[in-house]
Amino acid sequence: MAASPDATGTRPANVLRKAVVIGGNRIPFARANGAYTQASNQDMLTAALDGLVARFGLQDERIGEVAAGAVLKHSRDFNLTREAVIGSALSPETPAYDLQQACATGLETVVGLANKIKLGQIDSAIAGGVDSASDAPIAVSEGLRAVLLELHRAKTVQQKLTTLAKLRPKDLAPNAPDTAEPRTGLSMGEHQALTTAAWNVTREAQDELSLASHRNLAAAYERGFFDDLMTPYRGLAKDSNLRADTTLEKLAKLQPVFGKNLGAEATMTAGNSTPLTDGASAVLIGSEEYARSNDLPVLAEVVDSEAAAVDFVHGKEGLLMAPAYAVPRLLARQGLTFADFDFFEIHEAFAGTVLCHMAAWESEEFCRNKLGLQKPLGAIDRTRLNVNGSSLATGHPFAATGGRLVATLAKMLREKTDAESRPTRGLISVCAAGGMGVVAILEAN
Amino acid sequence: MADRYLDLVNAGPVKSLAKKLGLPQPAVLRRYRPGAPVLPGPVLVLGSGSGADVLAKELLGWDLDVRRHVAPKERLGGIVLVLDELAAPEELADPMLTAGSSLRDLAPGGRIVTISRPATGTGQPAQAAARQAVDGALRSLAHELRGGATGNGIVLGEGVDAGAPAVLGALRFLLSGRSAYVNGQFLLVGSGVASLPANPDRPLAGKVAVVTGAARGIGAAIAETLHRDGARIIAVDVPAAGEQLAQVANRIGATALQLDITAADAGAKIAAHAAERNHGLDIVVHNAGITRDKLLANMDQAKWDSVIAVNLASQLRMNEQLLASGVLREAPRVVSLASTSGIAGNRGQTNYAASKAGIIGMVRASAAAFADAGGSINAVAPGFIETAMTARMPFVTREVARRLSSLQQGGRPLDVAEAVSFLASDAAGGINGQTLRVCGQSMVGA
Ligand SMILES: NC(=O)c1ccc[n+]([C@@H]2O[C@H](COP(=O)([O-])OP(=O)(O)OC[C@H]3O[C@@H](n4cnc5c(N)ncnc54)[C@H](O)[C@@H]3O)[C@@H](O)[C@H]2O)c1
Repeated sequence: MAASPDATGTRPANVLRKAVVIGGNRIPFARANGAYTQASNQDMLTAALDGLVARFGLQDERIGEVAAGAVLKHSRDFNLTREAVIGSALSPETPAYDLQQACATGLETVVGLANKIKLGQIDSAIAGGVDSASDAPIAVSEGLRAVLLELHRAKTVQQKLTTLAKLRPKDLAPNAPDTAEPRTGLSMGEHQALTTAAWNVTREAQDELSLASHRNLAAAYERGFFDDLMTPYRGLAKDSNLRADTTLEKLAKLQPVFGKNLGAEATMTAGNSTPLTDGASAVLIGSEEYARSNDLPVLAEVVDSEAAAVDFVHGKEGLLMAPAYAVPRLLARQGLTFADFDFFEIHEAFAGTVLCHMAAWESEEFCRNKLGLQKPLGAIDRTRLNVNGSSLATGHPFAATGGRLVATLAKMLREKTDAESRPTRGLISVCAAGGMGVVAILEAN
Repeated sequence: MADRYLDLVNAGPVKSLAKKLGLPQPAVLRRYRPGAPVLPGPVLVLGSGSGADVLAKELLGWDLDVRRHVAPKERLGGIVLVLDELAAPEELADPMLTAGSSLRDLAPGGRIVTISRPATGTGQPAQAAARQAVDGALRSLAHELRGGATGNGIVLGEGVDAGAPAVLGALRFLLSGRSAYVNGQFLLVGSGVASLPANPDRPLAGKVAVVTGAARGIGAAIAETLHRDGARIIAVDVPAAGEQLAQVANRIGATALQLDITAADAGAKIAAHAAERNHGLDIVVHNAGITRDKLLANMDQAKWDSVIAVNLASQLRMNEQLLASGVLREAPRVVSLASTSGIAGNRGQTNYAASKAGIIGMVRASAAAFADAGGSINAVAPGFIETAMTARMPFVTREVARRLSSLQQGGRPLDVAEAVSFLASDAAGGINGQTLRVCGQSMVGA
């Protein structure tokens, strides 16, 4: 429910209030061309919303605002989130907007909506994201597009025929989606391979991180951790990318797929990189008052967030290194160090990405020269890192990852705070295409 | 699963052909619709004692035309035989034969209800004989009824008057369309205390109910029916059934709780959810259940254990945790799903029948604890119900199972749900520790 108009016409005091995570829902993530091949982004986002509505009894409720997005998006989906809301069990009077910030989309919807709640503009919100690599838009070639547009403008039959005659066979090949950076033409994996090599991250270290991700995720399922964070979809009840029985030996056997022409040893395989994935997530957030008056739980507070971008185009920094800059800026603003955090959720675009960020924070040189710090930020306690698995195991439907991270971390913080009767804090870090990164802090009390 | 035969014999040429050939002629049952009259015609109240007078007066208050004497050729909605003062077997002839002379006038979907007292081991032998005789007479009469009419009985416990609120609650259930698939059964009203709803179409208004196994089948129907009757629902099912569970929850404004009821803390989790989201809990429906059929000679430990764990052990544990949690409000009511297999046994179902018979023992032995809490605990034992579970049966077995009841058809999940909703209501407050069969008077399990 949104704040009701004040009958007396007094302006709301611009006092910041807290925005809290109430809970989340996602559908299990599916490797591309698997269980969700026939599902569109709208189908999956609607399913994620409906699961959230069912979990929290939000049927026919007018939520303050819903924001979500997709990275791979059809032009027909110009109003994707609103369409999903209309198709869901929420009140059709719930407004919605789309947001797109590459892989940071999901986290940024949480940040933006939390800010609106903090400002008193809305009392409740649902943040989310979805992506389908199976049902991705396919663009026609530039040649065909030019001809089609000209055909549309042509008036006479003669003009139309002349225009059509300009078509060449190669124009008919469609442009399939890929993750190549428009300005460098390099895929994300090739970009990361450069950074991985530059930071001398070994194959073993990457495989170990991947193994931990799969083991942690499998253990989390085993404990029933996801019972109130997930709703099965199209017969899938667990992330299909999860390999609970994988081993270092199995991972070591995989052939490298990125960085094969770097001169250095190629270390990035399908085992330590995320696969293309389909999925959707949604997070319910609100003011404390909203949660209380609707008998809803409070998991954690959305405290603060920071975005950063790096100049990868001119080779000044690696494509996925922006979080290495965003995190120290956020810590400085909040007056915190790594020791103040109980959990770290660092999105595993590639194992190398996480390891490069951590290496940078431990590097005196990087921290001095790039961050202007007297001493390095230091090491992250690996026992607090991605303890319930992350993208290497779950897969990574781009815009859906943020919602997964926020709901997972918020629940972990609530459990730890309840178990130890003390406040807890967690950090989320997400790298994104275009040399960007968004990071955020959650706290439970 | 659609019953095509039932549809066929109720229309056109097949109807008369079936009649000529002497084939079973299942009727379309008279089921409850909110706002519909309790009975499809006047009710004839037979019996000479004070109980009969009291009941006749109460029935007038339900907007029914009440007859105390047979009026020839008048279409009747129901017949109530008040037999609570029977002292000797000879006294049964008059009311039974009078009822018999009116059977031809009973409307389709009509109801016959006897009101009698239990034949305990302590009374006069002649009185006990007369009381027990009602049992045999009613059950036989139920077999003879046609056109979807049913016959059931209410047995009054020690000190319970025929006009007590608890008796009226049970009587209304048995006369109404809510009991469509209940036939040949007796309900023991052990205490007269019950509170009748202000609005008989919303008997569960203001109540909070948890239903396990609510993602599909009978559980989904129970969740929908309790919601229709006014309750707010917490819908529970295993995480793997979450997609269907969410759909059920969103249809009825419920909260979905993905939970395996065999988890050690399942009861505590339900209690915590109800406390946080609903400030308390009034009704618990233990519906989740599984079958793992095998002849005992081929039964392995896993099949045996899983059925006992889901169908029985989990309920015992959850009841304990819920009673201890403090979440249960005044007059908490538990309804468990048993099965006619647990009464009659069924080839290939030693494990399942053990679990379902166990339920019958559990509710009997838990009755005192729930009575102390001001509430009740009862079971419903469905017979053959048309669900995904029974759709998997081989064709011939399924066809035979359908026609093996006096009503000559399988029941619907809704029919079970109606009985559950009744036992979960305060109108059923006088019924405790009992098992009510919803089986169309299946020949199986007497
Ligand atoms: N269908 C019949 O003819 C019939 C007859 C007699 C009794 N019953 C009883 O009625 C009840 C419902 O039967 P149905 O036909 O609807 O069955 P069903 O199989 O269609 O539904 C049972 C539901 O219970 C859920 N469930 C199973 N194990 C669970 C667990 N550990 N935790 C939580 N949920 C669990 C299932 O996921 C399913 O959604 C059962 O107890 C059954 O034994 C059915």
